[in-house]
Amino acid sequence: MTPAAVQQVSWAELAAVVGQERLRAATAADAVDGVAPLMIAEPGTAEELARCLRWARGAGLKVTPRGGGTKLGWGNPPEACDLLLSTARLDRVGEHAWADMTVIVEAGCRVADLQRALAEHGQHLALDPLWPERATIGGILSTNDSGTLRLRYGSLRDLIIGITVALPDGTLARSGGRVVKNVAGYDLAKLFTGALGTLGVIVQAIFRLHPLPRETRSLTFGGTPAALNQLLLSILASRLTPTGLQLRAAPGGARLDVRFAGTAAGIQSQIDQVRQLAAPVPVPADAPDGVWTSHQAIWDGAAPAPRRLVARLSVLPARIAAVCALIERAAAARSLAWQLVVQGVGAGYLRLEGNDGDEPALRGALLALREELAGTGGSGGSGGTGSSAGNGGTGGSGESRPGGTIVALGCPLAVKRGLDVWGPAGNAQPLMVRIKQRFDPDGTLSPGRFVGGI
Amino acid sequence: MEARILDEFRAIVGAPGLITEPEQLSTYDCDGLTVFRVLPLAVLLPTSTEEVQAIVRVCHREKIPFVARGSGTGLSGGALPAANGIVIGLSRMNLILEVDLPNQRVVVEPGVMNLNVTARVAPDGYFYAPDPSSQQVCSIGGNVAENSGGAHCLKYGFTTTHVMGLEVVLPDGSLAHFGDATVDRPGYDLCGVFVGSEGTLGIATKVILRIMKKPEVVQVLLAAFNSTNEAGAAVSAIIAAGMLPAAIEMMDNLAIQAAEAAVHANYPDCGGLLLVELDGPAPEVETLMDEVVEACKRCGAWEIRLAQSDAERARFWTGRKAAFAAVGRISPAYIVQDGVIPRTALPFVMSEISRLGSERGLRVANVFHAGDGNLHPLVLYDDAVPGQDKLAEELAGEILRLCIRAGGSITGEHGVGEEKKLFMSEMFAEPDLDTMQLVRCAFDPEHLSNPDKIFPRPRLCGERPGVYEPHPLETAGVAQRF
Repeated sequence: MTPAAVQQVSWAELAAVVGQERLRAATAADAVDGVAPLMIAEPGTAEELARCLRWARGAGLKVTPRGGGTKLGWGNPPEACDLLLSTARLDRVGEHAWADMTVIVEAGCRVADLQRALAEHGQHLALDPLWPERATIGGILSTNDSGTLRLRYGSLRDLIIGITVALPDGTLARSGGRVVKNVAGYDLAKLFTGALGTLGVIVQAIFRLHPLPRETRSLTFGGTPAALNQLLLSILASRLTPTGLQLRAAPGGARLDVRFAGTAAGIQSQIDQVRQLAAPVPVPADAPDGVWTSHQAIWDGAAPAPRRLVARLSVLPARIAAVCALIERAAAARSLAWQLVVQGVGAGYLRLEGNDGDEPALRGALLALREELAGTGGSGGSGGTGSSAGNGGTGGSGESRPGGTIVALGCPLAVKRGLDVWGPAGNAQPLMVRIKQRFDPDGTLSPGRFVGGI
Repeated sequence: MEARILDEFRAIVGAPGLITEPEQLSTYDCDGLTVFRVLPLAVLLPTSTEEVQAIVRVCHREKIPFVARGSGTGLSGGALPAANGIVIGLSRMNLILEVDLPNQRVVVEPGVMNLNVTARVAPDGYFYAPDPSSQQVCSIGGNVAENSGGAHCLKYGFTTTHVMGLEVVLPDGSLAHFGDATVDRPGYDLCGVFVGSEGTLGIATKVILRIMKKPEVVQVLLAAFNSTNEAGAAVSAIIAAGMLPAAIEMMDNLAIQAAEAAVHANYPDCGGLLLVELDGPAPEVETLMDEVVEACKRCGAWEIRLAQSDAERARFWTGRKAAFAAVGRISPAYIVQDGVIPRTALPFVMSEISRLGSERGLRVANVFHAGDGNLHPLVLYDDAVPGQDKLAEELAGEILRLCIRAGGSITGEHGVGEEKKLFMSEMFAEPDLDTMQLVRCAFDPEHLSNPDKIFPRPRLCGERPGVYEPHPLETAGVAQRF
């Protein structure tokens, strides 16, 4: 909103909702992609949060919800952000019904805090998202951040069974419930998962839980991306039940990590089988523990943030090696370094790194990859895909389908400008816009951050 | 229906694809829940996405309500026709369009039978996980509408977990694609919203499914207990030991009697029967099955059988899968109910069901997906006795209220449909239902796609939504408006 209009905002009204000490002026460190909010409010209850939101809408302010702030730079820069609505005080773990394997938790609870509480009964939320010590439940839901366990347990959308949200008109609404199996009414939990806080603010979630594994062992294989992609497919096509399967690649070579969990005898039998599958790839030693945080390490690498771009990539599992070749070509043409960590389901993170002044190169590489992935048939096959897709004898359908998506998540503002970080949303976009208009008719929440300018 | 509209429909689907004769229409006047019947004005049987689009465009222009129908096996009246509306039957769109084994995807049309997906990929060692009891006849399109479950969803999840992408004809006749063969497509998870929306948001015309590799070993154990409480304690012990079986099913004595009368499954005559299925790597299944046996013994199991062959395993399941229909052997009529409770509430809920039944002089047989708390009480009655059908209906309703009070849900897999929409306002508050209907308004502002289902009251979808209504907290004086 304009500075003149902002001066007329009666912040005292908001202070009356959350308490004077829970409303403070924002600092430069609170900026969302270069857009500095005026104030930060920290409501202590879901009801207070809903009232804050309704007040802000009435005052014509633009609001961005914030959890741990670890992924606040994801999405397009907001068109405006006057108020940060923090969920920091909504951090309680509610009922952990361990015998029913469910938990109720507030949105501001940090992931690691929740996991520690659940571990007391030998259970966990079967997710390993980025920065669990700082990231909150509401934050991982809004950004749909799962991790390496999704191969076995599914992603957030498969684990959330109930949700409570606050809408810009002050409504508090819930969907789902406390039971795992439930088809009563629309599944708003899925609608809000990955919506980046553009429809409402998540205030509480209910999850189904899994037992912590009794034992875990991992192996790491080395080889070319093509050989390891083939091994990855062989593992997927086998009767093995890994809880983790990821391919790491960089210009120097590639690695495939595989993790098994369960009983000691079950793990040993699976490890024997995976070694047989892998022959003639050499028998590896056990993998170091750190490999399963590679998806996080790729964010924390050496180059300072202004010179790197981290993107979320999603491709068919059979096309991972082909995509490595595309990346190699796009990066080499622009003298960029690159690193890829991709999970067995085909989703992962790509890091591109350059020198000062390489912003156009970073943007160019992203756009080139996006174009290659969006292409069908011939263009997808141009990167030497013969070794991967279609080897299962089903007519190479990995080649004939759209190749996937790439979303710029962490990158310098200079790269984001002039770029839609999300890429095209396809023919469902008009419907997405209509949904946004229904939930947030005044565009109060995070305007411009989401797909297609939502 | 006006002749000019019928002519237009005939031009789209051809004369054989248009049904208007009353005798033929009556085939479509209900689904698996036969107490509700409405004769549609016409039934159309399209064979392509383009035909579905053309039909829906006419409906949109003429404001004719339409109801999509798969195999008609639904148990909540979801495919009940709308008065003054048409039925769009998708049984002719039954092609498996693409099988991609390396990426474990199958693309199908909505009329494909659930079991045919598994049949197609089984020779290569794969299966499609959701397995509703009607899987031999129910369609994938219907499964998508209802978010169908089955005995094995405890471990493998429901239809929504296994649908990766959809091609959908929206209620205005436009086409949209949700999700994809790749995961995490940017944008709202409309695939997740659509699955389980019971036909109220449009018509799915293509479905991208995830298939899975068959486990190395599958073992089934059958255990007999004196009571469902003892059997329930065994379930809790298994879960507490950190196991996630592929399925845990429970039957009470009446359900066992029915299954015996119908299919001679050779179940022991006991108060509570448990079927526990474990799958995975052989050495792991062996270890864990020993633990399951121990847990069952500790909780009072007096007979334990382990299926020694695939044939025996199938026999163990026969009685359970046939249980609904089998009840017909011991009662002239019955109502199938579908409630969910937190598993730990089982002893309380079972004793309450028994009490509510005796108060009305009615028997209730119980079949239970014990692992995930999905209860299927079968309320037995005699439709020849005047008034007993009403009494049975009332009892079925009381059981749903009991599930809500226990912290559960009014439906685990059958859907709300026509049958349970009045219970929605007992399970959810008005703001919850109004918020869900914002989604409805975005997809179908004119309420043409399977109208009058799920929600007790339709929300008006005016051009400018979000008209101020007092928040319940405000009304209650807890909060105030600025």
